[in-house]
Amino acid sequence: MTASAPESAAPSAAPLEPEDSLGTRLWENVKGGNLGSWPVILALAVIVLVFSQSAENFFTPANFTNIITQMAGTCLLAYGVVFVLLIGEIDLSVAFVSGIAGVVVAKTQLPTGWDLPWFLCVALAILTTVAIGAFQGSFVALIGVPSFVVTLAGFEIWQGVIQQSVPGVIVIQDNAINNFSNYLFSDLWGWIIAVGVSALYVASTLGGALAGRRHGIAIRNPIMLVLRLVVVPAIALTTVYILNKDRGVPLALLFVVGGLVVWTFVAKRTTFGRHVYAVGGNAEAARRAGINVARIRILVFMISGGMAGLGGIVLAARLNSVDLNAGGSTLLIDAIAAAVIGGTSLFGGRGEVRDALIGAAMIATVSNGMFILGYSTGTIFIVTGAILLFAVTFDTVVRRLQVSAGR
Amino acid sequence: MTDQPLLELRDVSKSFGSVQALTDVDLDVREGEVMSLVGDNGAGKSTLIKCVAGIHPMDSGTMTFAGEPVSVSSPKDAGRLGIEVVYQDLALCDNLDVVQNMYLGREAHDRFQRLREPPMEAKAIETLAGLRVTTIKSIRQAVATLSGGQRQSVAVARAVMWNSRLVILDEPTAALGVAQTEQVLALVKRLAEQGLGVVLISHNLHDIFEVADRITVLRLGRNAGLFERASTTQQEVVHAITAGQPTKVAGITTEVVA
Repeated sequence: MTASAPESAAPSAAPLEPEDSLGTRLWENVKGGNLGSWPVILALAVIVLVFSQSAENFFTPANFTNIITQMAGTCLLAYGVVFVLLIGEIDLSVAFVSGIAGVVVAKTQLPTGWDLPWFLCVALAILTTVAIGAFQGSFVALIGVPSFVVTLAGFEIWQGVIQQSVPGVIVIQDNAINNFSNYLFSDLWGWIIAVGVSALYVASTLGGALAGRRHGIAIRNPIMLVLRLVVVPAIALTTVYILNKDRGVPLALLFVVGGLVVWTFVAKRTTFGRHVYAVGGNAEAARRAGINVARIRILVFMISGGMAGLGGIVLAARLNSVDLNAGGSTLLIDAIAAAVIGGTSLFGGRGEVRDALIGAAMIATVSNGMFILGYSTGTIFIVTGAILLFAVTFDTVVRRLQVSAGR
Repeated sequence: MTDQPLLELRDVSKSFGSVQALTDVDLDVREGEVMSLVGDNGAGKSTLIKCVAGIHPMDSGTMTFAGEPVSVSSPKDAGRLGIEVVYQDLALCDNLDVVQNMYLGREAHDRFQRLREPPMEAKAIETLAGLRVTTIKSIRQAVATLSGGQRQSVAVARAVMWNSRLVILDEPTAALGVAQTEQVLALVKRLAEQGLGVVLISHNLHDIFEVADRITVLRLGRNAGLFERASTTQQEVVHAITAGQPTKVAGITTEVVA
């Protein structure tokens, strides 16, 4: 090639979108290791199929409601974890921070104590956890202490605070707070919610595509677009249909879906979300591009704290109480595992908010199905651990594929 | 090409602790010219451009841009003046696509901080087409999947997209193969043809003699020569790089016309 070679190209030739068929592009993505959430969704479908054949009372509306209330708290925590993983950090404190939220709610609602109205209890709890997030995030972002150490310290500290401040058990007597997990919508409200969510999705997806056309950008993947416009409302309506056959849509599901919508919007459609991905991809590049990296990091830890707070309230409401075990057991592992199993990379920069939901659904389904089949808690731990190991191995291999596809 | 320099640095000094990185360095760049900045490792090239880009504050010295005395204390200041730097390691986010990288830190958004993708995409296509970067298949692919030359093109396109007037390229061809080097050098020439001032930092004299209009040599943090490409030889430049005497001593300015 000579120096004049680039000149010989047509001067007006813009970089064009490839006019490949859907199949070709799919294959390119598979080769490049760009699989998104599909492997996990596929695996989840297989697991559901296996359990529905082998476990009695698994594939029933009542058990569907169970799985949703079982995974709601974990899923809310995992939304925050996704953001932390996206910037290439880790938050080991989320579980006990969620316990702190439970303790704050329980203490402030106590008729013999502060006796605050429910919304103030909830607001105080979430404010507390957001402040904890800001505190921990500041150590990471401003001083440069590794997030692993800061949040490991948080793990100990908040666990200690819970042990110190809970006298055995506090019963939550405020029904409005208990409703965070236990409230069920009437059939009619269920349908209204399904139609509302569907309409919102269709409007925003179509709106984006049409805005692109106005600027002369062709719709990239019309078949996928139509497919998404059909499949997402179908999932919403089917879910509500099944839940209405049982006792109705749980409020906890609304938190899960609301969290998915809000945080997906923040991650994908706002400058903040774009900067989160940039910091995770190459923090130095982000800094040189004028992005305030420290601010992004602190905000992300605040999101993580806040979502842990909301999740903690839902978890406390599910038990109608908090005790010394608040935030303990496998909650931390489940929340991080949910994000990772769903496909969010531990190395930063790659992942989606929906990964948290998919991963949490996977963990809840496996443990629910195995429990029905009569397996012991130990066996369930082993299987969940194996799934986590497999998912991370998969992520690492895929990442290597992606790099080699670039060169 | 005018004689009024676009960028004029006078007596720039900078030290890091006890290390004197730059001593009374001068640099002129005119509009529409490629000024090459050369020197051995540790000669102060990178420090000098980091002063211009607002990453390091200068200890002393003056900077004049388009006839106005200016001071830059952050990359944002430099960006406002129209000074853009393409770093050796490109500073791209591998996980983001071409458009996202080109708009990194300067995304188009509405008052609710919502991204406005369509205008960003349209402008990115326009800019790449204007630079005749035709090898990138899709501007929505992650830059991790691009070749070294393509990545360099994205970094350069990002630099020129912001009505920039001065583009500084730090070793743009260091990691590239022959064909991709030619691609990038053609791009460098095109920038100058469009009327931008270009500072090209390079170790490769072949590249420099192919595209530079003038050559400034630094040695041990001091000016060691200023050459017109048309009237000098590689030997002369090599000599200045390896054994050049400071052309400015103790405030006495010596006119160097090689």
